[in-house]
Amino acid sequence: MEVEQSFSDICGGRLALQRRYYSPSCREFCVSCPRLSLRSLTAVTCTVWLAAYGLFTLCENSMILSAAIFITLLGLLGYLHFVKIDQETLLIIDSLGIQMTSSYASGKESTTFIEMGKVKDLVINEAIYMSAKPRLDCLIEVYRSCQEILAHQKATSASP
Amino acid sequence: MVLKAFFPTCCASADSGLLVGRWVPEQSSAVVLAVVHFPFIPIQVKELLAQVQQASRVGVAVLGTWCHRRQESEESLGHFLEGLSAIFSHEPWLQLCRERGSKFWSFKATHRQVPASPGAPGQDQVMLIFYDQRKVLLSQLHPPAALPDHQAGDATASAGGLAAVFDTVARSEVLFRSDQFDEGPVRLSHWQSEGVEASILVELAKQASGPICLLLACLLSLISAASTSRVFKLWPLSFIWSKLSTCEQLRHRLGQLTLIFSTQKAENPAQLMRKANMLVSVFLDVALGLALLSWLHGKDRIGQLADALVPVADHVAEELQHLLQWLMGAPAGLKMNRALDQVLGRFFLYHIHLWINIIALLTFHIYCFYVYGARLYCMKICGLSSLWRLFRGKKWNVLRQRVDSCSYDLDQLFIGTLLFTILVFLLPTTALYYLVFTLLRLLVVTVQGLIHLLVDLVNSLPLYSLGLRLCRPYRLAAGVKFRVLEHEAGRPLRLLMQINPLPYSRVVHTYRLPSCGCHPKHSWGSLCRKLFFGELIYPWRQRGDKQD
Repeated sequence: MEVEQSFSDICGGRLALQRRYYSPSCREFCVSCPRLSLRSLTAVTCTVWLAAYGLFTLCENSMILSAAIFITLLGLLGYLHFVKIDQETLLIIDSLGIQMTSSYASGKESTTFIEMGKVKDLVINEAIYMSAKPRLDCLIEVYRSCQEILAHQKATSASP
Repeated sequence: MVLKAFFPTCCASADSGLLVGRWVPEQSSAVVLAVVHFPFIPIQVKELLAQVQQASRVGVAVLGTWCHRRQESEESLGHFLEGLSAIFSHEPWLQLCRERGSKFWSFKATHRQVPASPGAPGQDQVMLIFYDQRKVLLSQLHPPAALPDHQAGDATASAGGLAAVFDTVARSEVLFRSDQFDEGPVRLSHWQSEGVEASILVELAKQASGPICLLLACLLSLISAASTSRVFKLWPLSFIWSKLSTCEQLRHRLGQLTLIFSTQKAENPAQLMRKANMLVSVFLDVALGLALLSWLHGKDRIGQLADALVPVADHVAEELQHLLQWLMGAPAGLKMNRALDQVLGRFFLYHIHLWINIIALLTFHIYCFYVYGARLYCMKICGLSSLWRLFRGKKWNVLRQRVDSCSYDLDQLFIGTLLFTILVFLLPTTALYYLVFTLLRLLVVTVQGLIHLLVDLVNSLPLYSLGLRLCRPYRLAAGVKFRVLEHEAGRPLRLLMQINPLPYSRVVHTYRLPSCGCHPKHSWGSLCRKLFFGELIYPWRQRGDKQD
């Protein structure tokens, strides 16, 4: 069962929250960030190349232009691979644990899995640490659903 | 709690049979290790399981039945399988079923003690988790979960549920030793049932490594015994021995080789990794050295280098002369004391003239100038500080290690004040020489430091572990990750468990080799203090040397 809702992040960009309900003991929350806009990419590239051309007219050394192209390419690749988050997913499985996945624009996925034995409680910490930076209303939705599952899990583990 | 069944992906296409594995009651999870196929004799199955349990100390038992149906009409098989629960009793009894060609499975767990109530929990309370048996067998979790003593027949899985799964699979290697071509009484299906993985080269290497290790260990012990003999403890040799970085490196490598070729087997995986890392590091060192040698020998590059070195030494000496001429004039517009300036300048110039022909002492004169400048400056500062105390009417009490007041005679005060003023006005000249030579010395020290860092890097980088992380990422596991597979309402939840490899930074941090230990011992604060008071700096004292 999939439910999609749209929220906004702290910078004003649009975020989409997808909730997938697989079973009473397994739920997934997926926050998708806005994609890389062509406008900002063009703006940055033009600035860098104009600056390089300015330096070139001063120094008459063509290495500057090649260096500028190189830097732009490397910078873009680095940004896509290490900085630009495509979506963040929280998968909560009853009696197994909680898994958080961040997938970057270049396709890289970084996953952390925390076993249920190590989870005492779920709290809303500062969203500044979360790369997608959603607003409080989005976080509250996720928080409420997760607490439901944790409560359900505690109830069933208490009974023999 | 939700009942979890860890099922190996290799058995998903196996024929119907019995599920064999381990039940972990605390986590309410069943780790399926293999499938026993028809036909079988129950007594023989029980015997095999008892053998495996004794050899591996894992509580292996028959957990339930596995049914892989061809079409809907095989009901007789279903009844037969239900009858098996009477022969191999296990609590709870699992029944996994799959239609051939279908993606959806059915999973039932029946508890004998608890009677089936009408509101019995349905498919929601069970979960199927697929895992790759070969990868889980070969991988190591970081940090290694400290599982309690193996003397207990069935180690409790109190240390994290997933570590228990890894541990169970790793210790049940005995079960995986037979494949489908063996003529045993029981036919099993597991990751090696298509044929046991082995390599002729690996087997040969294992056979040969015993005598080779023994031989090399004897040789190395001879060498280390020779090096610690009395001859090398005599003064000139032991001094040279400890100063040359080549000897230090050789000693380090000798220690590493002794460890690698020792006849003791590695006790745990961490020690094995360390041995492998050391071996790869030694090979890399030798390979780089040979490459450098061959490059130098080709096209007479050594001759070219030697030819280039003499003009460089001359150039350095010339630059130093220019520098001293500049200092003897009016450097940076400062007015110096002419007489003292001339004396100092001539003194240093004479030394350059003495050493201009010696190629090997390329920077030795810089070092000497630094020492002279530093000593002169230090004496000056000492004199100044004690005369300053006299100026204020105080004295340094050596017994009490503190400054006390003292009453001086008039003539003592007079001479003291005169000397003080002389030293103060000569201070800029000496200080300038000291500053210039200290900067040069620091430059040389920085270059030396960079070379040390490079050597340290080659010594301590765990190349084998990095290579393993690159080529076989499942061997070094930081944890696991789950993926939810296609789900249909009413069917049990299916997850795929994959290994989450260790990030490179943690690999380096966990497996880095101990380096020589020659690190700068001073903090920035103490360095600045030493520079100000003119004390000599020796940034790279080897361990065991006395402090100056």
